[in-house]
Amino acid sequence: MLALAAIPALLVVVIIAFVARASAPALADIGLLRLFSDPGWHPTADAFNLWPMLAGSLAVMALALALALPLGLGCAVCLRFFAPPPASRTLRLLLALAAGVPSVVYGLWGLSELVPLIARWRQPGASLLAGAVVLALMVLPTIALTAEAALAAVPATVLRGAAALGLSRWGTVVGVALPAARRGIMAGTVLAAARALGETMGLLMVCGNVVQVPGSVFDPVRTLAANIVLEMAYATGAHRGALAVSGLVLLALVLALLLLVEQAPRRAHG
Amino acid sequence: MADLAPVRRGPARADWHSVVLAALAWGAAAVVVGALGWIVVDLLGAGARRLSWQFLTTAPQRSGRSGGIAPMLVSTALILATCLAVAVPLAIAAAAVLAVPVSSGAGRARRLRIGLDLLAGVPSIIFGLFGAELFCRVLGLGFSILSGGLTLACMALPIMVRVLAAGLAAAAGEHGAGAAALGLSRTTTLLRLLLPAAAPAFAAALALGVGRALAETAALIFTSGYVDRMPGSLLDSGRALSVHIYDLAMNVPGGDASAHATALVLMALVLAVDGLSAWLLLRRRPWPAGA
Repeated sequence: MLALAAIPALLVVVIIAFVARASAPALADIGLLRLFSDPGWHPTADAFNLWPMLAGSLAVMALALALALPLGLGCAVCLRFFAPPPASRTLRLLLALAAGVPSVVYGLWGLSELVPLIARWRQPGASLLAGAVVLALMVLPTIALTAEAALAAVPATVLRGAAALGLSRWGTVVGVALPAARRGIMAGTVLAAARALGETMGLLMVCGNVVQVPGSVFDPVRTLAANIVLEMAYATGAHRGALAVSGLVLLALVLALLLLVEQAPRRAHG
Repeated sequence: MADLAPVRRGPARADWHSVVLAALAWGAAAVVVGALGWIVVDLLGAGARRLSWQFLTTAPQRSGRSGGIAPMLVSTALILATCLAVAVPLAIAAAAVLAVPVSSGAGRARRLRIGLDLLAGVPSIIFGLFGAELFCRVLGLGFSILSGGLTLACMALPIMVRVLAAGLAAAAGEHGAGAAALGLSRTTTLLRLLLPAAAPAFAAALALGVGRALAETAALIFTSGYVDRMPGSLLDSGRALSVHIYDLAMNVPGGDASAHATALVLMALVLAVDGLSAWLLLRRRPWPAGA
């Protein structure tokens, strides 16, 4: 039994080892420095600058969180303080189901509805903005449901105290409940950020995938994860190694965020 | 818990701040519900016409522009079966370690929990890279349903373990002392007593694992591959439904209607299994919340 349980426990280490092993030759040949100083990403011409993809991933993630955080908090507050129980149950169920919708379905919707809509406003449509909106929808359930759980964990006595002081609904929610729940809300947001960085298919389908540091939200971008899917099929040698390195960079970023969340509660309990 | 908190809709002064707050909260909920509704309308509007019994039971023609999705349904089912066959024993073992800790095993349980939490956050394309490297290359399975199913088993583990461990912990709280008093061994207690008692959690864990696996695309492209023929064995490459949607939408001009129809089928499957797990977990709470 214990031997079987060791497999799930060690799997994440094995995965890191395999990605590191696949990127080792490229790291030795190209070196870490060139991955950020080469003239561009032209794998056939031996130029491997990852920065445009890294910038694309970070920009899409930041914009998506900027959209999803207020919406997610709004949903959580609605669930906790405004919606009558039947509406609350329905909304919670919808959010839980939305979390299970395949990313390729979000991508298909983005491609067939959102991208043409943005294109009518500003060409080409497939852009940082389209990616951020799709991604915001994808991480919203995470943010809303973790924030709702954090609000639910605020002791009832604290809320009764706020009511006894005659605080308005605004004062109770904004002044008392949200600050008391901020640790849980932050943890949920960091989890959403990790999910956003790693998101692949939904973004691949709507971002336009041009290798460039975006100048505006209407510019097409390519994310790190999308880059791997797009080029893995035909990459060989140093190119394949460079893709593995971009996977390693992505994995390092995501694991760093997750460890941040993992550390937080232990600090809270002293 | 929620039922105990009378402050939930308790007396509160209605000032304009609070009205704004209510508007923002309801507005956010409306935006989310509206966006989800938009997705469903888009899928139905563009895909419902293509749906028919024939669509489910025939092979694709002209790269999927016409014809059906029968080979993808079969491939998906085989990938899922492989995934569950590998993931279920591992998930039971891991959940047992988490739920029924022995005095010497606290550190072990903590390491396992952290390992699973990190595993749950690993991006799907990384699972794809890992699966392509380990299963396809090192183990020599190539692009095959077996490679895809094994990769998905790794991905589905964390959610399955989490749900199953919660169920087992509740069952252990109820029956654990009795089993110990009878002198039952740990394995007997687990397999004959706790697991049957936690049957709803077990079913929910299965459904959530299936839901997670059904939704996956990026990890399958480089493991189970693209081939859209009917698979003859587990060592054949097989195209999953999600990969089919991606391919139709991105690489096949004129494949839009088929992509939407396939997405409808996939959504129906995902909603069915996720709905089933939600029903199983919410129907009654035999174990304390947050266990």
